Amino acid sequence: MLLCAVALMPLVAKSPYYITVGNFIGIYGIVAIGLALLLGYAGQVSMAQAAFFGIGAYTSAILTTLTEMNPWLALVAGAMIAAGTAGILGVPLLKLEGHVLAVATMALSIVIYTLFVEWAHLTGGYDGIGGIPGLSLFGFQLKSDLHYYYLIWACVVAVFVLSHNIVHSRVGRALRSIHRFSGGSEMAAQSVGISPAKYKVQVFMISAFYASIAGSLYAHWIAFINPEPFGVFISILMLIMITIGGMGSLWGAMVGSAVIVLSGEFFRDIVPKVLPGAAGEMEHIAYGMILVLILLFMPAGLVSAPDALKRWRARISQKSDWRE
Amino acid sequence: MELPGKNILEVRALHKTFGGVVAIGHVTFDVEEGQIVGVIGPNGAGKTTLFNLITGFLPPYQGDIFFKGKSLRGKMAHSIASLGIARTFQNLQVFTNMSVVENVMTARHLQSRAGIFGTAFRMPYSRREEKHILEAAMANLDRVGLRDEAFAPPLSLPYGKQKLVEIARALATEPTLLLIDEPAGGLATHEIEQLARLISEIRGGGITCLLVEHRMELVMGIADRVIVLNFGMKIAEGSTEEIQSNEKVIAAYLGEKF
Repeated sequence: MLLCAVALMPLVAKSPYYITVGNFIGIYGIVAIGLALLLGYAGQVSMAQAAFFGIGAYTSAILTTLTEMNPWLALVAGAMIAAGTAGILGVPLLKLEGHVLAVATMALSIVIYTLFVEWAHLTGGYDGIGGIPGLSLFGFQLKSDLHYYYLIWACVVAVFVLSHNIVHSRVGRALRSIHRFSGGSEMAAQSVGISPAKYKVQVFMISAFYASIAGSLYAHWIAFINPEPFGVFISILMLIMITIGGMGSLWGAMVGSAVIVLSGEFFRDIVPKVLPGAAGEMEHIAYGMILVLILLFMPAGLVSAPDALKRWRARISQKSDWRE
Repeated sequence: MELPGKNILEVRALHKTFGGVVAIGHVTFDVEEGQIVGVIGPNGAGKTTLFNLITGFLPPYQGDIFFKGKSLRGKMAHSIASLGIARTFQNLQVFTNMSVVENVMTARHLQSRAGIFGTAFRMPYSRREEKHILEAAMANLDRVGLRDEAFAPPLSLPYGKQKLVEIARALATEPTLLLIDEPAGGLATHEIEQLARLISEIRGGGITCLLVEHRMELVMGIADRVIVLNFGMKIAEGSTEEIQSNEKVIAAYLGEKF
């Protein structure tokens, strides 16, 4: 049903604006699904997802503009570089835990962002790279936002299904068994032969792989990139997304992506019209407010809303019983 | 004296200190294949430390531990598990983010192979494997009598049954040596009797059991041999009768004056 809704949305909403928003939800959703596997299932925090997103975007942009490589090949190359970086750096990084891991991955995010800015003869520095060629599919050149809409959402569905399969398998159980903040136990996992280090690195690599693919799609769709969307703030935004949507589920990642993108658009465009003088930074206040509200009232994220509603109803009816 | 059988576990001059405090002091003992060996001692005697050393959770240590003649020195906990040593935990370490049967399915890790690629694309071998994992997990739940609770969240079960989840999980790894850490703690008398029967059944299935316990009634009922630790030192070793009449043991448990 949701699939139909996604497929039919462009036909109902005629405005190209909604298609652009849909594309962003899909792109961030792919990154968020990877982060949900890493943080939601295996309990390992990463503030470097925007960097992997950027590795995909820059690899695609550089390879297709400088060497005229096939964009699909460049996409795969980017994903390999991102996953390889995660694999090599993940071995020492993922020995760290909790806050220390968060800070270390944040440092990684900053280092890679700095590379995007300073490696100017390849990346164009702050000016970025323009004229990135579009993607073509079986000889069909993708031109409009709508074309990319369908490509991006096809990728979302693929990533979702693959991740769903992983979660409900031997590997998924191994990931949950090492998530000590949600009821796993690294000790017990080791006692049944699971190597926590191996799974942490593997899932970090998957999350980087997904983020990189999202980055490549982004680069080809927008046709221009600069370092801005790959900074630490975007890494944090990804964490906010899965926190809002609900960490322990892949749906949560998609819900979170939708809420953040939609509320961002809402606050950027509509609030200044109502409140003259309110600048574009309104969206940051909105993200903060939504995050606080979710953490206070629905710590398991929006996907837990039906349960929360049920509990709330039960409480209300209990109260009224008491009054009678 | 009986002819010694094959030793499955040989602990040699095992020594571990925590910042100057001796947790295990030059302890040497053997565990014969197919036996139930009890490790008893007052609180703080080093029983759990001994378990953690054998299962690789507390490196480094002095001395050596041999399992089936091979040294376990320097091996990571998960590779020690892969050799066929399973354990339960004194402070329950059930995976509370999974159902009971998923806990046991997780323990089929070593008997299955599918990786990220195989599971992501639901390859035929991965699906076949998943079916076997579920069957094996249910069989192990049968063994401890938890089939009816298979799909319950572990935290909804009474404490005694959560302990059984841990035993089922340990059994699912198909160990040859099972280390059981304080299984009777917090259990009622009739539960302890059931547990004793279960441990005897496990041994009957060919699994050697090393049992840490300070509830004497459980150990004395089922153990073939007993090792007594006090302040990290082995103070006695022998059959249950020998231990019950050993003066050092009585002193350690009841105080010197008695």
